Amino acid sequence: MLVGPSGCGKTTLISIIAGILTPTDGEVEICGENITRMRDAEKVAFRRRNIGFIFQQYNLLPALTVAENAAIPLVASGVPMAKATVTAAAILGEIGMGDHLGKFPNQLSGGQQQRVAIVRALVHEPKLIVCDEPTAALDAETGRIVLEILKTAALAPDRAVAVVTHDSRIYRFAERIVTMEDGRIRSIRMMPSHQFSEVS
Amino acid sequence: MYGVALRMLLGDRAKYVGLIFGIAFSTMLMSNQISIFVGLMSRTASQILDVREADIWVMDPRVEYVDEIEAMTDTQLQRVRGVDGVDWAVPYYKGLTVAHTRGGSLQQVIVIGVDDATLTGVASKMLLGSVENLKQPDAMIMDRAGFEFMWPDEALSLGKVIEINDRRAMIVGICDASAPFATFPVVYTKYSTAMTYIGSTRKQLSFVLVHARAGEDPHALAARISAQTGLKALTWRDFALATVGYYVKRTGIPVNFGITVALGFIVGAAVVGQTFYIFVLENLRQFGALKAMGVSNATILRMVLLQAVVVASIGYAIGIGLCAGFFEVSSRVSINLRGFELPWQVAVGTAGAVLVIIVIASIASVRKVMVVDPAIVFRG
Repeated sequence: MLVGPSGCGKTTLISIIAGILTPTDGEVEICGENITRMRDAEKVAFRRRNIGFIFQQYNLLPALTVAENAAIPLVASGVPMAKATVTAAAILGEIGMGDHLGKFPNQLSGGQQQRVAIVRALVHEPKLIVCDEPTAALDAETGRIVLEILKTAALAPDRAVAVVTHDSRIYRFAERIVTMEDGRIRSIRMMPSHQFSEVS
Repeated sequence: MYGVALRMLLGDRAKYVGLIFGIAFSTMLMSNQISIFVGLMSRTASQILDVREADIWVMDPRVEYVDEIEAMTDTQLQRVRGVDGVDWAVPYYKGLTVAHTRGGSLQQVIVIGVDDATLTGVASKMLLGSVENLKQPDAMIMDRAGFEFMWPDEALSLGKVIEINDRRAMIVGICDASAPFATFPVVYTKYSTAMTYIGSTRKQLSFVLVHARAGEDPHALAARISAQTGLKALTWRDFALATVGYYVKRTGIPVNFGITVALGFIVGAAVVGQTFYIFVLENLRQFGALKAMGVSNATILRMVLLQAVVVASIGYAIGIGLCAGFFEVSSRVSINLRGFELPWQVAVGTAGAVLVIIVIASIASVRKVMVVDPAIVFRG
């Protein structure tokens, strides 16, 4: 979990980790691959294969149904929409969204929309899931439920989940908390054993 | 992803309908006005186009178009007949005079006088009677539009009598002549009868219609006639083009229609461009999210272009359909609007203009999508 005050560089860092922004200096290795040396097209393909995204504002396509929205990463990889929605529907069913497959985003609550976004981030089985303030637009209880779902559904042996948040109530879901300040990592705290290391 | 692009387009009903309407309106306006212009211009040459038998029209050298007549002496006919390569040559009179109906009303009519012996020059499509009926005394053939104009509530019939220059003229045939530029009734009669309608003048011959001998090049023959007689001789096609060209150059008609067509183009481009730009702008976050998730710029570009092409195709189809429907209905409602139709060349040209509109509309939008930073999705 990546935490810190506004403007400290959390979003910039996570954008670099996700291969969306290119760092001005240094090298970035994600999932065993050095993405700083990749060309743009390679980065796009890398993101498509390896990274799932969960956004603060959900960013669901309003014209697509719940199942279709969740299936987008598969469709982007060339899977036909009909087949992709079947896969997405199965995961949606596992997190209690099975009754809403044909609904449109504007017919869902914020918590439900974020659940769809979680499935969209998982459906193509990425190695890294990047979450930007996933609970910022949700009330405390809904935020807790969403994080529970994210923890249950997303955590897998070969997968990492990176969460940018201001919400201290969800720190307890983290294994490691990285604190940033003025564009630098100030500390990395291990949870829940509270191992602590200072980074200069 | 193309299905997703279409769903995005259809999902925003208001803008989708707005885009379709913009293209349809623009298509309708451009194709309609150009078609009317083309129809109007071809009307200026309708009397030339109706005379199918003649290869060459011979006239006074000062004549520039078919409605500007400087009469020639009848002896010019014999000079033309003497040119090598002329198969036959006949006199042709064209003039404007006033007809009186038995009810006392006046009506300006176009009088066409054709060769007494061969009757060459009458519009070929007869609806009632036959061209041969012109050989009867005081006989004339009137065009259908003229008959319906002079006797609006009556069925087409023969035997009606009008007076032209105190001379009796009886309808012995009704033909379907092409609509003239000025929608006056067209009266066909023998050349000799036409002379009695206009009164005696020293020069009476409007044109000489010439048919080239088999194997003779009409252009070469026209040049030979000009050289040997000092008259102007043009093939029917050149004369029709010269007539149309005169109206194009000397009247404000092309400017008038041109302004409307330009307005159609500009309004279409502005409405569609702005609406499409706003549509893309409102979906920028979604496009950003798709880019973040690994959808390539090339795919995004194709998605936007597909949306543009779909909108253009549907809008064009509706607009061109409305235009064709307009001409179909208008030609049935009013005989004066006959001959106005949607030429395929105009339909193709309008499609080209719509393509330009949609390219203009897409350029700004595509640029916006191409440069959008996928990191936009991380900004709340």
